[in-house]
Amino acid sequence: MLDDYYRQYGLVLLLIGAAVIVPLSMMMMSRMAQMLHIRPHKPSPVKSDIYECGMETIGGRWVQFNFRYYLFALLFLVFDVTAIFIYPWAITLRELGGDALLTMLGFIAILGVGWAYAWRKGAFEWR
Amino acid sequence: MESSFDKNALFANLNDIFLDLLPESLSWMAYLGTGLTIILIMVNAVLMLTAFGTYMERRVLGRFQTRLGPNRVGPFGLLQPLADLLKLITKEDLRPESADKITFFLAPVLMVTSMLVVVAVVPFGKDSFLADLNIGVLYLVGIPTIATVSMFLGGWGSGNRFALLGAARAVAMLISYEVPMIVSLAGILILAGSMSLVDVVQAQQIPFILLQPIAFFVFLVSASAEMNRSPFDLMEAESELTAGFHTEFSGMRFGLLQLAEFGEVVVTSAILATLFLRGWENPFIPADWQQVLPPQLWLIGKMLFFMLIFTWIRATLPRMRIDQVMAFAWKVLFPLALINMFVTAALVVAWPDPTYTQLWIMVGVNWAVAIGCLTGYTLSRGRHRQKPTESVRLVQIPAEVN
Repeated sequence: MLDDYYRQYGLVLLLIGAAVIVPLSMMMMSRMAQMLHIRPHKPSPVKSDIYECGMETIGGRWVQFNFRYYLFALLFLVFDVTAIFIYPWAITLRELGGDALLTMLGFIAILGVGWAYAWRKGAFEWR
Repeated sequence: MESSFDKNALFANLNDIFLDLLPESLSWMAYLGTGLTIILIMVNAVLMLTAFGTYMERRVLGRFQTRLGPNRVGPFGLLQPLADLLKLITKEDLRPESADKITFFLAPVLMVTSMLVVVAVVPFGKDSFLADLNIGVLYLVGIPTIATVSMFLGGWGSGNRFALLGAARAVAMLISYEVPMIVSLAGILILAGSMSLVDVVQAQQIPFILLQPIAFFVFLVSASAEMNRSPFDLMEAESELTAGFHTEFSGMRFGLLQLAEFGEVVVTSAILATLFLRGWENPFIPADWQQVLPPQLWLIGKMLFFMLIFTWIRATLPRMRIDQVMAFAWKVLFPLALINMFVTAALVVAWPDPTYTQLWIMVGVNWAVAIGCLTGYTLSRGRHRQKPTESVRLVQIPAEVN
């Protein structure tokens, strides 16, 4: 039976292979159109410049961006990992009963303190 | 370990056909052949529905904006997606000098891949599916995150400031909406008691759209944020960021990004139909209605219904501001999803094995909670609205100036 279990994942792997081939073959079609001279290919310095406002770009291509992004990444890490705890709990709740519900309430309450702190400190505001 | 592989009658039947065709020594190829046949059907179905979806979206949007939409290519403009494809193939493929070759190439490919791989666990019949993984729902929320990564790859690899800023915005928004999306599905898992999508569909004596209205709302909103659809398409806000992370993509690369974007609508509609509208079964309660259509057509019909809803949302709502979007995810959707999870958990603990009447009581309680939350939110918004009106009144021009 374990064999069957892995066979399903084999099918998923096959699908991943097919899903990689689909976009690659479309890129190949486009490339073949270039070889057959259906698709133009005349590079020029202006064309291969980046799309901005028509002038040459001043300064580097990478700019500094707001510190806010890191805050959201941190919050995401904290709350997304809870999925690992919530999902198995959710599936087995029917058998586990009320005690498990109280435990999860306590766990979420602890996380909720952090969430309320982040709200109070203005981490959810975009300034 | 019990396996759901045996339930897969579609696979077994196809496998028998291949075993008959192949000689004894090549029997291992039957597995490959069967798998590839089902995959071929599924991938083609998704791509065809995507092509039709682009056509439908343009026609419906046209009607919403009191114009006709594409109607020149073929009957009723039905061949428009084909014309679009041909046009994209014959467009020059530009890559800016400053772009990073590998990431610039990988981004569109990975986008399409992540969109197509998700359909692996969507069942299209009681005994026909590709793989009924016992972590199905986790797979559904896990795989689309690859799109987030590829978005950042594309934005970073373009070597353009607008693209980089758009990608950073996209990632910040997508990961924020990931959290309520994950928590909202917990309510469904509590009711179904399994992560396998076949079990989730069979657990729906009453469609989960009725039993879990808050989860449906939260999932619909966060899914349309994950797809960068209209109220949340601010990472490609033309007026601020030209086109966001796909500014530099042209020709077929741009086509692949668009394919991924519209394909995600199809895939998300399939997920919504499976999780909330009983998947391949009829969305109504009487069991006799099941015979009216084959299960695959029930699923496709529901997918078209949700695609229409997404188009409707796009035609109706204006683009949100970034601060509104982020605050909405963390201050509204996340607590809503948690409330829904705990209400459902309490109900299930109270009635571990609900009868049909008790299920309808659950529906009532959940809708009451939903309406209560909506009222509370509206009242709190109303209080906040008072301040701007007062300040506006202060700067009003006196009448005697005229």
